Amino acid sequence: MLRVRDLARNGLQPCSFAVGKGECVAVRGASGAGKTLLMRALADLDPSQGEVYVDGVARSFMTGPEWRRKVGYVPAEPGWWSERIADHFPDPDKAVRLAQSLGVAAEVFGRLVSEASTGERLRLALVRALLTDPAALLLDEPTAALDQASTARVEALIAERLGNGLCVVWTTHDTGQAERMASRILTVEAGVISVERDDSLVNHTAQATIEVAAKQAEACDRRERI
Amino acid sequence: MPDTGYIALGYGDLAVGAALIVFDAALSLYLRLGLARQILVAGVRMAVQLGIMGMVLTSLFAMVSPLLTGLAAVVMIGFAGMEVAQRQDKPLSGPWNWGVGIGSMTLSTILVTALALTTALRPDPWYAPHYAIPLMGMILGNTMTGVALGLNVLTSGAVAGRAAIEAQLMLGAQRWQALSPLVRKSLRTALTPIVNTMAATGIISLPGMMTGQILGGVPPEEAVKYQVLILSLVAGAIGIGAVAAVLVAAWRLTDHRHRLRLDRLGR
Repeated sequence: MLRVRDLARNGLQPCSFAVGKGECVAVRGASGAGKTLLMRALADLDPSQGEVYVDGVARSFMTGPEWRRKVGYVPAEPGWWSERIADHFPDPDKAVRLAQSLGVAAEVFGRLVSEASTGERLRLALVRALLTDPAALLLDEPTAALDQASTARVEALIAERLGNGLCVVWTTHDTGQAERMASRILTVEAGVISVERDDSLVNHTAQATIEVAAKQAEACDRRERI
Repeated sequence: MPDTGYIALGYGDLAVGAALIVFDAALSLYLRLGLARQILVAGVRMAVQLGIMGMVLTSLFAMVSPLLTGLAAVVMIGFAGMEVAQRQDKPLSGPWNWGVGIGSMTLSTILVTALALTTALRPDPWYAPHYAIPLMGMILGNTMTGVALGLNVLTSGAVAGRAAIEAQLMLGAQRWQALSPLVRKSLRTALTPIVNTMAATGIISLPGMMTGQILGGVPPEEAVKYQVLILSLVAGAIGIGAVAAVLVAAWRLTDHRHRLRLDRLGR
C-alpha cells in the first residue's frame, strides 16, 4: 500500500492519506489546483516535506531511483528520450503484448515517437510504466486524449492490475471515470486536498487504513517531539 | 626608425580602420539594422580596451614581477568567467552561474598555461609576463567560447528536454544516466568550434596569432609552430574547461534524490 503522511510542498498544503493494496483513489480538481504537483511530490520528482511509505517502507530509506521503480508515474505529457519508440522498451515482446491489449498495434513499435499519435504515446507511456512492475502507479489524466474504446481498454487493464494488488492514484476530470475506477475521490482545491467521496466507509477497510495511518503519524510526531 | 622587421603603425593609419567601422554604422543606419549605436560603441570599446591592455602589458613586461603577473592572470580569468556566465540563456541561479564560469576557466587555463610554460616554452623565469600573459589571453578567449556554448546547451537542453529526462528518472534511472545524452551533446557543442578551426586552419583561414607574428617579422615556419602549439593548448583547455563546467552544472541541476532541479536555474 501507499501511505502519505503530512506530504507538503510548494503550492500544496500538508496532506495525509493512504491507498490500500488493490485500491484506486481518484484525484479531481480544476486545472492548476495542484493535482500534478501532488503527483510529482508522490513520485519524488520535486522536493517535498513529510513522508511517503510504500509497502511499509519509508521513502527516506530508499534512494530516488529505488523509490521510482516502486512508485511509477505516467505524466499527462510523457517524455521520450530517443527518436525510436522501440528504444524505450528493454523487453519489446512483453511491451508489444501489453500495448496490443490497449489497442496499440505492434507496428507502432517500429516507428518514430514523432510518428505516433498522442493517444498512442499516452498508452505506450502507460505500458512503459507497467513493465517495471511497480507497487503503486500514479496516473495523471491517462485517458484525456483517448477515444471511448481506448479509454475502456485502459480502465480494464488498470482494473486487472488493481485485482493483482496494485495501488493507483488517478487524476481525472471525468466524474464518470472517477466513479467507475475509484473507491475514494480526493479533491484538490488551491493546494488543499480533501476527501470528496468515500465508498470505502461501506467496508471500513480503507477508512480504517486512514485512521491507522493518522494514529501512526501522530505517534511518530510525538516521538519526534520528545 | 630602426629596422625592427615590421612596419610600425601610426595613429593616422588606424583612422583608415576606424573609417570602415563608421562605414558599417552608416550602412546600419541606411538599412535600418538598428546596430549603428552598438557598432560605434563596440568600436570605441575595442580601441580603449586594447589601448589600456597595451599600456598594462608594457609596464608588466618591464617589471617581470610574479605578483603582478599573477594579478593580471586573476583579473583576466575573472573577466572570462563572468563572460561565460553572461552568455547563458538559462543561467544557474545564485553564485553558481559565475562560480561555474570562473571555476572552469581557472582550472583549464591555469593547468594548460602552466603545462606550456614549464614544458614547451620554458621562458626564464617561467612566469615571464612576455610569454605568460599573451598565452593565457589566447587560451582564455577561445576556451571561453567553448565553455559558454557547452554550458548553454546543457541548461537550455535540460529545460527543453525536461520530460525526456524525467521519463528516464521515473523508470528508475540514476541522474547521470538520465543526463548523459545531454551531457554528451553539450560537450560535443563545446568542442566543435575548435575542431572545425583546427580542420580549416591553413586552408580557409590564417589564424590571427600567426598572421600577427608574420606581420611582426617572424619567419612563417616559426609562426606556424607557435600556432600549432597555441591551437593544441586551446583544444586541451576547452576539453578540461567544458568537462568541468558541464559536469558541475549537471550535478547542480540534479540532487541526491536523483531529481531534475530546474528550480535551480534563474531568469
